[in-house]
Amino acid sequence: MALPKYTETRYRVWHYSYLFICACVFIFLIAPLFVIFPLSFNAEEFLVFSEGMKNLDPDAFSLRWYKDMIYGTKNPWGLAAKNSFIIAIFATIGSIILGTLAALGLSSRYMPYKGIIMATLISPMIVPLIISGVAIFFFMAKAGLAATHTGIVLAHIILGTPFVVITVTATLTGFDHSVTRAASSLGSNPVNTFMKITLPLILPGVISGGLFAFVTSFDEVVVVLFLAGLENTTIPIQMWTGLREQLSPTILAVATCLIILSTLILVSAELLRRRSERLRGINR
Amino acid sequence: MSSETQQILTTDGIPLSVSLKKAERKNKIKAFLLVVPLLLFLIITYILPIGDMFMRSIDDKMVTNMLPKTFTAMEKWDGKEMPPEEVFAGFYSDFKILVQNKEHGKLAQRLNKEKNGFNSIIKKLFRQVQRNKIDEGQSIKEQIMKVHKRWRDVEYWQAIKRTAPPYTTAKYLKGMDMYYGPDGNIMQVEEDRRIHRILWLRTLEIAFFVTLFSFLMGYPIAHLLATLPMKYSNLLMICVLLPFWTSLLVRTASWMILLQQQGIVNDFFVMIGLVADDNRPEMMYNKVGTYVAMTQILLPFMVLPLYSVMKTISPSLMRAGKSLGGTPFIAFWKIYFPLTIPGIGAGCLLVFILAIGYYITPALVGGASGTLISNQIAYHMKTTLDWSFASAMGLMLLTGVLVVYWVYNKLVGVDNIKLG
Repeated sequence: MALPKYTETRYRVWHYSYLFICACVFIFLIAPLFVIFPLSFNAEEFLVFSEGMKNLDPDAFSLRWYKDMIYGTKNPWGLAAKNSFIIAIFATIGSIILGTLAALGLSSRYMPYKGIIMATLISPMIVPLIISGVAIFFFMAKAGLAATHTGIVLAHIILGTPFVVITVTATLTGFDHSVTRAASSLGSNPVNTFMKITLPLILPGVISGGLFAFVTSFDEVVVVLFLAGLENTTIPIQMWTGLREQLSPTILAVATCLIILSTLILVSAELLRRRSERLRGINR
Repeated sequence: MSSETQQILTTDGIPLSVSLKKAERKNKIKAFLLVVPLLLFLIITYILPIGDMFMRSIDDKMVTNMLPKTFTAMEKWDGKEMPPEEVFAGFYSDFKILVQNKEHGKLAQRLNKEKNGFNSIIKKLFRQVQRNKIDEGQSIKEQIMKVHKRWRDVEYWQAIKRTAPPYTTAKYLKGMDMYYGPDGNIMQVEEDRRIHRILWLRTLEIAFFVTLFSFLMGYPIAHLLATLPMKYSNLLMICVLLPFWTSLLVRTASWMILLQQQGIVNDFFVMIGLVADDNRPEMMYNKVGTYVAMTQILLPFMVLPLYSVMKTISPSLMRAGKSLGGTPFIAFWKIYFPLTIPGIGAGCLLVFILAIGYYITPALVGGASGTLISNQIAYHMKTTLDWSFASAMGLMLLTGVLVVYWVYNKLVGVDNIKLG
């Protein structure tokens, strides 16, 4: 974005201040995440940079809080992590199956009442979470599923499917339906056609929708707060309780692990998006 | 198919139009069947429970079911003078059943909400009934009226009559700090007790300003991302996407560390001499904390739709504007900005809707002055267990969101929403 030589001074000034503003906003967005890293290696109990850390004294750093996270007595993180992963994985699978099927139907040009059905299917994304939480809690309480893993998984399927529906429908907009017709004319049954032809082509969309669903479930706290009992505690619930009571460095160790996890998810989502665009023949 | 041409037949001898229609119907059913599992699932677990919330919010059947005979007798009563003997007789027999089932306490509680003073007179009546002091051979009206002077007050009987309908909008009025007065008029709560109105206004205010700040910060960086060459913009895009994918609680935690009194932001202010070391401002547990943290958390939702719209705007348009004599500012304002309006609309809608229902971040960094309407709903769900009131407030919030959504759809169109 180099400026041409003839640019007037006032535009030059404006341009650099614009870049400066952008830099500030980028720092505002990303810097908070990086504060957590060094502090999670703090050897002391306080959540401020100690003198030793400022001088890069190796003694000021330790893995103490990571050890506490994993081996600490009466530490709930192990159970929480196990629950979180189980719930998120099942919720993702459920969202992918239900969402992909619905997206296939919605992308068909024969689909009746498309508008209203689409609006219903993505409504959990638009309705504020607190309201979804109350409504889902009423259902689960009536169905006897409150404070069970099943209940939380179902709740997260509700919240996760809109993402799958949206990403898969988007993938299907560029889909060439003649390939499925070709498969049928060559004698393939619909299930076979779907597994061998359609699915591989829309897979990037399915997986990125699944990633959204996974993250939604893994990070969800509002609905779980209503639904979970002591047995179903998840990482977000533990963090919520921890943050409310006392901000301990162990939470920062957990947070660091979560940031690493989200980085991995981000990278895979980006790679998938590019692959999907390549497959659909969209070149930028 | 026009009627003048001869009907075209398929090889089976069926008219082609019929055959085509049949095939189309089959396709319609096929498409619909694919959607059915999710649709049914959502209707049962999600849409109907929202309806259930509505039923709970207006439900007032408790007293209706407790005093059936009273209310049947009251139908003939004009509600101005003292009720006739039959009302008292009906009330007495209803009350006896309640005493047997030990439910008179619930009745007292509910009626006391309707009018103060019921608690004690129902207790008094209960003792009389328990000791079998009331002689069913004589006028029950006379005897009940002797129990306490308030039973002789027609206003208390009017209050009972008001609880007769099985449905009530009282919870909605309560959500707006209003209530039904003794003669059925809608009254305002005294000024110093109007807590809910403050919360609604604060929620709107915070949602509005967070949207505004996100827009002011998101627009320049979305523009930069859309105009930079790919290899730089991809790198910078990580700054937007990484927070987007990172746990909400992690981001809230980092703001709690940054904004605390001994935190880095305050250190920085002290370093550049903005504030004195012994006079560090409180930046958390108030509105400042809520604004800062919510803006950072919701900013990606503004940047991504803006970016996807800006990416489609050809740079030659700006060049053309400039070459035709416009200054860069005019070219921007007259050409570029109008083209980005769908993105602005989508971003602002997303951020506003997310902000208006926010709960976690305000609860952690907001303190008392950062409490929003969602916190109040959660409080009634979990602490006071007044689920019908929580439902009523939730539905009021939902109505607000749907109105915003509808207006947006009219102005911009929902199809423009894109995810990253």
